[in-house]
Amino acid sequence: MSVVDRELLERHGLTQEEYGRILEMLGREPSLTELGIFSVMWSEHCSYKSSRVHLKTLPTTGSRVLQGPGENAGAVDIGAGLAAVFKIESHNHPSFIEPYQGAATGVGGIIRDIFTMGARPIALLNSLRFGSLDEPRVRRTFTGVVAGIAGYGNSIGIPTVGGEIGFDESYTGNPLVNVFCLGIARADEIIKAAASGAGNPVYYVGAKTGRDGIHGATMASAEFDETSAEKRPAVQVGDPFMEKLLLEACLEVMKSDALVAIQDMGAAGLTCSTCEMGARGGVGIEIDIAQVPQRETGMTPYEIMLSESQERMLLVVKRGREAEVERIFEKWDLHAVRIGEVTTDNRMRVKDHGTVVADIPNGALTDEAPVYRRPMSEPSYIKEAQQLSLASLGAPAPAADVFRRLLASPNIASKRWVYRQYDHMVRTNTILMPGMGAGTVRIKGTRRALALSVDCNARFVYLDPYRGAQLAVAEASRNVACSGGLPIGATNCLNFGNPQKPEIMWQFAKAVEGMGAACRALDVPITGGNVSLYNETDSNAVLPTPTIGIVGLLEDADRVVSRAFKASGDVIILLGESRDELGGSEYLKVMHGVIRGVPPALDLDLERRLQRLLVEGADAGIVESAHDCAEGGLAVTLAECSFDTGLGAEANVAFVAADAPAMKDVAALFGESASRVIVSVTPARAHEMLGAAARAGVPATVIGRVGGNRIRIAIDGRAVIDEALESAERIWSSAIERYFEPRKAIA
Amino acid sequence: MKVAVVVFPGSNCDHDAYYVAKDVIGADAEMIWHKDTSLGGADVVVLPGGFAHGDYLRTGAIARFSPVMNEVKKFAAAGGPVIGICNGFQVLLEAGLLPGAMLRNRSLKYQCEHVFVKVEQTDTPFTLASRKDQILRIPIAHGEGNYYAEADVVARLEKNRQVVFRYTTAAGEASAEANPNGSLHNIAGLCNEARNVVGLMPHPERACELAVGSADGLVLFESILRSVGGAAAPLPAKASAAAGAVANR
Repeated sequence: MSVVDRELLERHGLTQEEYGRILEMLGREPSLTELGIFSVMWSEHCSYKSSRVHLKTLPTTGSRVLQGPGENAGAVDIGAGLAAVFKIESHNHPSFIEPYQGAATGVGGIIRDIFTMGARPIALLNSLRFGSLDEPRVRRTFTGVVAGIAGYGNSIGIPTVGGEIGFDESYTGNPLVNVFCLGIARADEIIKAAASGAGNPVYYVGAKTGRDGIHGATMASAEFDETSAEKRPAVQVGDPFMEKLLLEACLEVMKSDALVAIQDMGAAGLTCSTCEMGARGGVGIEIDIAQVPQRETGMTPYEIMLSESQERMLLVVKRGREAEVERIFEKWDLHAVRIGEVTTDNRMRVKDHGTVVADIPNGALTDEAPVYRRPMSEPSYIKEAQQLSLASLGAPAPAADVFRRLLASPNIASKRWVYRQYDHMVRTNTILMPGMGAGTVRIKGTRRALALSVDCNARFVYLDPYRGAQLAVAEASRNVACSGGLPIGATNCLNFGNPQKPEIMWQFAKAVEGMGAACRALDVPITGGNVSLYNETDSNAVLPTPTIGIVGLLEDADRVVSRAFKASGDVIILLGESRDELGGSEYLKVMHGVIRGVPPALDLDLERRLQRLLVEGADAGIVESAHDCAEGGLAVTLAECSFDTGLGAEANVAFVAADAPAMKDVAALFGESASRVIVSVTPARAHEMLGAAARAGVPATVIGRVGGNRIRIAIDGRAVIDEALESAERIWSSAIERYFEPRKAIA
Repeated sequence: MKVAVVVFPGSNCDHDAYYVAKDVIGADAEMIWHKDTSLGGADVVVLPGGFAHGDYLRTGAIARFSPVMNEVKKFAAAGGPVIGICNGFQVLLEAGLLPGAMLRNRSLKYQCEHVFVKVEQTDTPFTLASRKDQILRIPIAHGEGNYYAEADVVARLEKNRQVVFRYTTAAGEASAEANPNGSLHNIAGLCNEARNVVGLMPHPERACELAVGSADGLVLFESILRSVGGAAAPLPAKASAAAGAVANR
């Protein structure tokens, strides 16, 4: 009699058809342990079954790419014999259920992915999304997530050098926590996760296995409803000190050349690391779970194989070198335990005190896992939402009022309350602090530095997934270029709703298509990443949020450029052009409460020329400051350039012909046209900058001068904003803080 | 001159201290594992920042039992210069080499930011190159830096001029506003009665090059060179270029 009934399958997130395939692949009924193993490996989170056909279209190769998708992380050549190893990953579902531990273990997981490749992690960034801070529950999630990221990153000693945070009601019941990590390795010493050599011992090292996190991967592959809080036991608990020990010990072991392969036990724990390392190397791995260090008594094979206890690694060691490896772990007070060995037969065989409890071909769990070409259809909301009648919105508020309202919007306001909780300086490489531009770290022992940015304007993606994803790539690359970095590689984290809904699948497919096109045009291959689907609560999906992380290379760290104005009298130049583009803008959301219209147009060829101009301008030392125009448009961008050094600005910007005449000032000041950057240069070099822009075919206009203690903006000579810098700064810097430190509330 | 940087398993500013000693001021430097029982003939000992043993209990509470701490105590008792930075300061407090204890920051949050501290005492091996009352702009990065001691202990510290560093405004005023964490008397750093053991919460090793935002912390390392190295060895070009005004890019 079969023990596998419909209810059991449902609890494992498997369909009848999928179960049929399991029977076919095994040629028999699976044991409960085997069913559990299939369930996690075939979950969306591990198998990418809905996304894989689309991801295959992304550009993943290039002259600098040393490692594309498929390993624990991607890697690009940064010269001097070094590689930048990096990846971004989501921890959305756990962070909603248990914000502190969910976020903390997200950081822990991505750090392990990086050092597993033999790289020393040197920088963390994150991209976060929450509902409105006016909601008490959102504030709890927000503070918990920030504290969790801080608690883990600070303790392990990897600086959090940048990131982005966005707020929208759609994330109220489903926050996004995407964590990016970058490490440095010698290009010829990158470690792979492919097991080999029959008879080589397999070692388990790190924390003991407990019952935490069982079915975490399956949980991350389902929507939330009112019972989700009951899933708290599926969230793991992090121990950054244990991870610090693992990090140091593993890097030491890697130097010894006694190591064959290594993989962390992340999602799907021991199961995933065992079958994936075997599959990559075309060999089998046999383990006996009786040898696995256990935190609790009476754990079943099912629980041990599916546990997602954190800070655990699986290693394949060269036979005969065991003592050497054990000695290194002993030094760090870690016990490496031999739990099995490499076999020749391409299967994952799990024993319990010698009795086989699971015996599955590796391929069935990896390459031959189900792949779906899910049905797609254009969402019905799109055509409607793209209609934007500015005239129907009524007369806009005075520009000065809008300016203040936007500075106080949490999407735009200073994130200092957050990044002050992150150690962003440890390792003394941070040469551009958070809030000053792309997070930039120098590479000691070379002249080089890396500028890092993660970005996504999800409103644009919601309104037009194809163009929105292109805009995300363009913005992240532009941020890196503003700091002087040449964009050389990318990683993506695709956060969407339930892929079984054709409309969500359509959003996903279009976004991937747009992202691929932009990455090709800007020459930034995607070397890996992560897909997070089922970001829905009670059937309401989050705004589609395909976050992109970009790595930019500065040949000379001394040439790094911040966004802050440097000296009174410097000339302010607008690169790019403002058009009548308010679609999806912060202005519409904050002042009219709508997400409507068509996102700004994007000319990828112009974008590429603009970014090259910025990098060359930084390298030649012409650019004193550079800041991308994004949410809030020109007016907000100018203000942000002024805040850090307290140098005001006087600018006269061009008139923008708007469809709705009443909106022409708003379009000029707060429109969000793409491919625009505000740079400042010394008066002596203004001519040189304008000449370089002309040669690059990038529109450039002198719009004003740095100086004074006010932000003054005129449109074609007509004053529209005249705000004391100090009061503007106070609004901007206290807008998030005031939710948490009422004593400092602005009067 | 040889600098020993003690490495506890959870130290994470060990590389930074080592880098400044070796690459910025050009001294000889060595990492000393916490289980070692020798300081390797060092002239100066640095206990770096981090989370020595995870610090889930009390910061530094376990580190004082590390074998190397016996050597550090002997070294200090013999008058050898010892500096504890951040977690290193916490370890010195737990080990009884300096008086007092650390509470959680008044904000109950970890804080990472540049602050101003005044160098009030210049007769320690780590401050003798400083001007008296010189204001340094250097970063803090801690969750438990709220210095506390019994009133009579604090009074004694003040009387004996053992408060070496104090949080102040840029103008040197030790106001409540300038106090980032709630420390009694705005205390940022101390020395022992013999003045050879110094602990401070701010991170001078993170402020030794303009490229990272400030070179004000260099004066502590210049002091070590001068106090240990006898006649001041000329600083390598890298450090000289780094010294000077504050960069705030």
